[in-house]
Amino acid sequence: MTEIIFEKIAALLSSKKELNRELITVESSFEALGLDSLDSIELIADLEDEFNVTIPNADLQRIKTIGQAAEGIKRAMDA
Amino acid sequence: MKHRRVVITGTGIVSAIGMNTQAFWKNIVECRSGIDVYDPTLSDQIRFKHGADIKGFDASAFMEKNELDLMDRFAQFAVIAGNEAVAAAGIVFNEDNSNRSAVICGSSIGGIHAQENAYVELYRESKSRIHPFTIPRTMPNSAASNISMQLGITGPVYTISTACASSNHAIGNAFWLIRNGICDQAIAGGSETPFTYAFLKAWEAIRVVAPDTCRPFSKNRQGMIIGEGAGMVVMETLENAQARGATILSELVGFGMTSDASHITKPNQKGAEHAMKLALADANLAPDEIDYISAHGTGTLANDSMEVAAVRAIFGTHANSLAISSTKSLHGHALGATSALEAVATTMALQHGIFPPTANFEAADEACNIDVVPNASRKGNIRHALSNAFAFGGLNAVLAFKKWEE
Repeated sequence: MTEIIFEKIAALLSSKKELNRELITVESSFEALGLDSLDSIELIADLEDEFNVTIPNADLQRIKTIGQAAEGIKRAMDA
Repeated sequence: MKHRRVVITGTGIVSAIGMNTQAFWKNIVECRSGIDVYDPTLSDQIRFKHGADIKGFDASAFMEKNELDLMDRFAQFAVIAGNEAVAAAGIVFNEDNSNRSAVICGSSIGGIHAQENAYVELYRESKSRIHPFTIPRTMPNSAASNISMQLGITGPVYTISTACASSNHAIGNAFWLIRNGICDQAIAGGSETPFTYAFLKAWEAIRVVAPDTCRPFSKNRQGMIIGEGAGMVVMETLENAQARGATILSELVGFGMTSDASHITKPNQKGAEHAMKLALADANLAPDEIDYISAHGTGTLANDSMEVAAVRAIFGTHANSLAISSTKSLHGHALGATSALEAVATTMALQHGIFPPTANFEAADEACNIDVVPNASRKGNIRHALSNAFAFGGLNAVLAFKKWEE
């Protein structure tokens, strides 16, 4: 499931932020991809809509990489 | 040209910790927070449940029905606070002084209740008509205009909207108008009423609101808490105040404003530093003459550590001798009105020699290592004070005050 979420994140970032899909990996940090705090909030909001989950603010603050974002969505789906 | 001196002779407050200056100041001194569970009919579908709203507000206790009908809640708050400030100052506006008088109000969002009501009627209830007063109630300048109409003030009257720095910009502009001889007296401050469903949803979406309470500078802080209210001051030339035998509460001595020109929400230390530096220079004060800083202190991770770092950069070793506190922990973050509430608190602090506390403080944060007057107010002589406002949009406004002494 985490792989599906990762693919969704990669697709979202490459379309909305015009990032090169090849550069987006599980280990990529938002910072390394040139994304700031507002970009990460927007991404998580899109993922909340897509997967119909809620990520608490405290969890959001700990999400710094694409992999952590995918895991955060997975945790919320399992909760 | 020699600058004219400008003093504050009246204050007015509408807030979750008091519907007048006296009650507001008493709750600050006693460190009683107005943060609580806000209206459950609004919070039901919103992730954060706490705010500093004003429960049971009844405008008809303060004004006639034909007056209040033309005003949205934020304009009602402004008029009520303005009337208190004018009564406290004992100033009378008449044909001799009305065109040398100003009203400058701050607000981020203006009459958002009227606006959202109209949208609900149109989009949800499919009505074909909305209330004919929707325009006069919604327009952000209606607070300043209504104060002007009620008091017959015919000089410069306008509204400044710079998000959470709106009121400091308003007070600073009024200060400069008087100091530079454009006007002789002014009513300045701001009002804000953000407790509407869509607007709270917008704050939910941007994820800066704490789930429980506002803990500025505390290690476990989780964000801001939204408040509502109004603060107004009457300011005038020292000469006028003394000629009419007015009680002087404090002296406004400096104003500095800058733009970060960097990020729409992320605070920028250089912009904050520069605004404080400009306020000190405008007041002709050295850093070691400041004893108290009313912080912007939102309780967000990013703001509070940035603000302490900026203070340390400007004040050097004197930062270890001054106190800095955030009364947002008591009255909430009233957005465009918040720096007006804080300007009144700062004036009271100077007048009474009491450092306002930072409430809800639980644990020291290395990144905020400074005296934040935790959880209890404290007596002490305050010679001069700064009041900081650092808004979304990267807009900074800092006021400098002096204790009034004959």
